[in-house]
Amino acid sequence: MDIKGQVKAYILEDIMMGADPSELSDSASFLDSGILDSTGVVELISFLEKTFGIKVRDEEMIPENLDTLFNVERFVGGKLKVQV
Amino acid sequence: MTGARSKLNATERGLPRNFLEIDLASTVETITKRIREALAHDLRKRGLVVAVSGGIDSAACAALATRAVGPDKVLALLLPERDSSTTTQSLGQTVVSHLGVPHIRQDIAPILEALGCYRWRDDAIRTLVPEYRETWKSKIVLTRQSGAGYHFFNLIVQDDQGHQIERRLPHSQYLQIVAAMNFKQRVRKLIEYFHADRMNYAVVGTPNRLEYDQGFFVKNGDGAADIKPIAHLYKTQVYALARHMGLPPEVCQSVPTTDTYSLPQGQDEFYFGLPYEQMDAALWARDHGLSALDLASHLGVSEAHAQQIFREIESKRQVARYLHAHPVLIEGVSSSPVTHAR
Repeated sequence: MDIKGQVKAYILEDIMMGADPSELSDSASFLDSGILDSTGVVELISFLEKTFGIKVRDEEMIPENLDTLFNVERFVGGKLKVQV
Repeated sequence: MTGARSKLNATERGLPRNFLEIDLASTVETITKRIREALAHDLRKRGLVVAVSGGIDSAACAALATRAVGPDKVLALLLPERDSSTTTQSLGQTVVSHLGVPHIRQDIAPILEALGCYRWRDDAIRTLVPEYRETWKSKIVLTRQSGAGYHFFNLIVQDDQGHQIERRLPHSQYLQIVAAMNFKQRVRKLIEYFHADRMNYAVVGTPNRLEYDQGFFVKNGDGAADIKPIAHLYKTQVYALARHMGLPPEVCQSVPTTDTYSLPQGQDEFYFGLPYEQMDAALWARDHGLSALDLASHLGVSEAHAQQIFREIESKRQVARYLHAHPVLIEGVSSSPVTHAR
């Protein structure tokens, strides 16, 4: 499964408790839509670090990297590319 | 245009002068009258139990309770534990001596030890700092990168020589440390209700408006109470009320701390992110419909920063909603309280 698919599956299953995929669009803001609060963002980061073997630095904890599925996909993809 | 906004000139920015000023005598009268009414009619109890931490909020509540029903109908509890600072313990003693109320002091460290409070905390810390020892001190602090970054928590541990190590807290360790520390507030509440039950008293909750509104309390811990006399007052107003009631100067000048972690920890660095005077202003501005530009002008920060403060106020209100909420029922029950009542 691609990055976005894995993150989406995780959010739908573990955060939204089995919600329908149509309830989470790729561009929906996690914070604005109430899917994640600030603690939830830290939870998401723990998931990303564990699942993709990356290390999210403090300065990377910004909405541009983590607030939508699109952003997460771009951010994690970039990190993995650098690691390769 | 709001009432608050209309007090300003069209070109004037900021918050109205003395926006937190209240009639202190009248406020004391209103609160004490309501306490007596609540005891007689709502609660049907014969007195009040107040846990006195040494902080300004519990000191003000104890003073209000004493004024409301007299010292003989108040029981103050001093409930220190291993991480309580000697300063706050001393201030707590000062408060009860000053008020002349009966009090009981119980060290809750043995209970917390038996529950595993310290062990659960230390186990979580050691996953990040393996060399951590029981004699070391620790705290967690709210951290944020500049700009619009998310806030997160760092763990700070200090060894016996005073050297500090700082680590970002992953989610699971953050939860475990906070859960362990919440034992402290819940054990205190357990003891408060024991004494309330045996004396047929009501339990006083001591949150101020910032804490009540923003969810800075432990559910079923310090959040549990029968009456919360200062939950409508901003922290600045609580200090003013305490001075008005003649509480000792050292109590009225105390700096708000959590007194929960073994390293000194301000409430601003653990939860609010701003000193209480600024948080009071921000919350007041938010509640009175003022703009981020007004708040920015008052605080001397950028408009973007003020907007961020407003966003965080709303974000914490989301957290507070859960903390205030009654259990969810699958079907309505006629006698059940309203869900999410605040």
